[in-house]
Amino acid sequence: MTDLFSKFDDIIEMRRALLATGVEDPFNLVMERVISPTVAVCNGRETILLGTYNYMGMTFDPDVIDAGKDALDRFGSGTTGSRVLNGTYIGHREVEEALKEFHAMDHAMVFSTGYQANLGIISTIAGKGDYIVLDIDSHASIWDGCKMGDAEVVPFKHNDIEAMEKRLKRIPEGAGKLVVLEGVYSMLGDIAPLKEMIGIAKAQGAMVLVDEAHSMGFIGPNGRGVAEEQGVLDQVDFVIGTFSKSVGTVGGFCVSNHPKFEVMRLVCRPYVFTASLPPSVVATAATSIRKLMHSDNKRAHLWENSRTLHAGIKALGLTLGTDEPQSAIISVIMPDLERGAAMWEALLHEGLYVNLARPPATPANMTLLRCSLCAEHSAEQVQQIIGMFERAGKASGILD
Amino acid sequence: MDRTEVDTCIRTLIEPFNKKGVAITDATRFTDDLEFDSLTVMDFVAAIEDEFDIIISMNQQAEIENFGQLVDAVVKLQG
Repeated sequence: MTDLFSKFDDIIEMRRALLATGVEDPFNLVMERVISPTVAVCNGRETILLGTYNYMGMTFDPDVIDAGKDALDRFGSGTTGSRVLNGTYIGHREVEEALKEFHAMDHAMVFSTGYQANLGIISTIAGKGDYIVLDIDSHASIWDGCKMGDAEVVPFKHNDIEAMEKRLKRIPEGAGKLVVLEGVYSMLGDIAPLKEMIGIAKAQGAMVLVDEAHSMGFIGPNGRGVAEEQGVLDQVDFVIGTFSKSVGTVGGFCVSNHPKFEVMRLVCRPYVFTASLPPSVVATAATSIRKLMHSDNKRAHLWENSRTLHAGIKALGLTLGTDEPQSAIISVIMPDLERGAAMWEALLHEGLYVNLARPPATPANMTLLRCSLCAEHSAEQVQQIIGMFERAGKASGILD
Repeated sequence: MDRTEVDTCIRTLIEPFNKKGVAITDATRFTDDLEFDSLTVMDFVAAIEDEFDIIISMNQQAEIENFGQLVDAVVKLQG
């Protein structure tokens, strides 16, 4: 018998070798208690959270929690059905209304996760004979959406405007074209030159999909994302987003002005063949989205946190993913996985949780300590975090 | 370009990516023999695409395992 698991031997060995160094398992952390959006008890220690996607700190907002409890009481714990059968409650409609208002767009469609939103929309709209042109550093959900569909898939070098344009120009005349971009690329926290790229895509007759998962809520004058910030949101055909980051719960969505968009509810399999979100989840999401429309002070504080942390870590002499802070993600580049894991553990012992990101999720096989800030981190916490990086860096030999 | 010319051209293009100086034959495999990782594949494919002004989609790349298959594919794609 051929063991179907033998293909995973390399990964099993990598993990074994890492844990053999005695390091605390970076991929098996348990949060026993969550005290606030920025503090939890992890593996028995009180820890500052700097590796969540809770950018706007909405998870403990009292209005959001009340809305969830109320929906749980009134509508029960789950829908037990597909959106197109028995799984559309009034709450699902209400959160779609909130999304349309938030983005000032005509249509909104809610999926059970952000992953399914990309999977469903991309695999459904780009079919046989069509071309998908996408950034090589795209999120796994985008790649999986490409793989699930029948279109020709053409990647280009990360954020390379010229490489994108060349590929678009070589696509046979008359073929359907979809350009897939992200506002913020979550590994290094860098943003895309959407203004230039979308201009070119439109000139070449392509439709454009932008994933704004890591920008919703705090980038752009109304928090609609990088396309809004760069003044090109009106040229985007499909915006993909998620409830599991700034919104503070779980779920995914697509908003669009396409006049035929509603047909997606009938033809998009990852929308049809899965259970809809529980009533409490859509109620918390709708409340959170409406509050995010009026969160200018929180946005300003989040940006201040991002700038302070970026400057502080840079001053210690660590290498960062971007020269300037471009989002709420500050990525610290580690020399290799072993030393990255040692630094990650030293930070955890200091009482700080960050994400350890490793290949294949990372570009260029890098090992990253990915820090994501929250609008609820206080200025004092950010200073505390910089001190923790300095001590952990010295303890693990990353800093002299 | 005929097959021989395409072959010669791709041999030149592959040089900077052939770090270990492996002798290239039609049977040379990109992953197993040349140890190309996904980033190397992207840069190498981009170099060929730009040289011949063609697209080699990921779908087509999945069918190409060795040097000979690549030359055949490029001959076909340049139409």
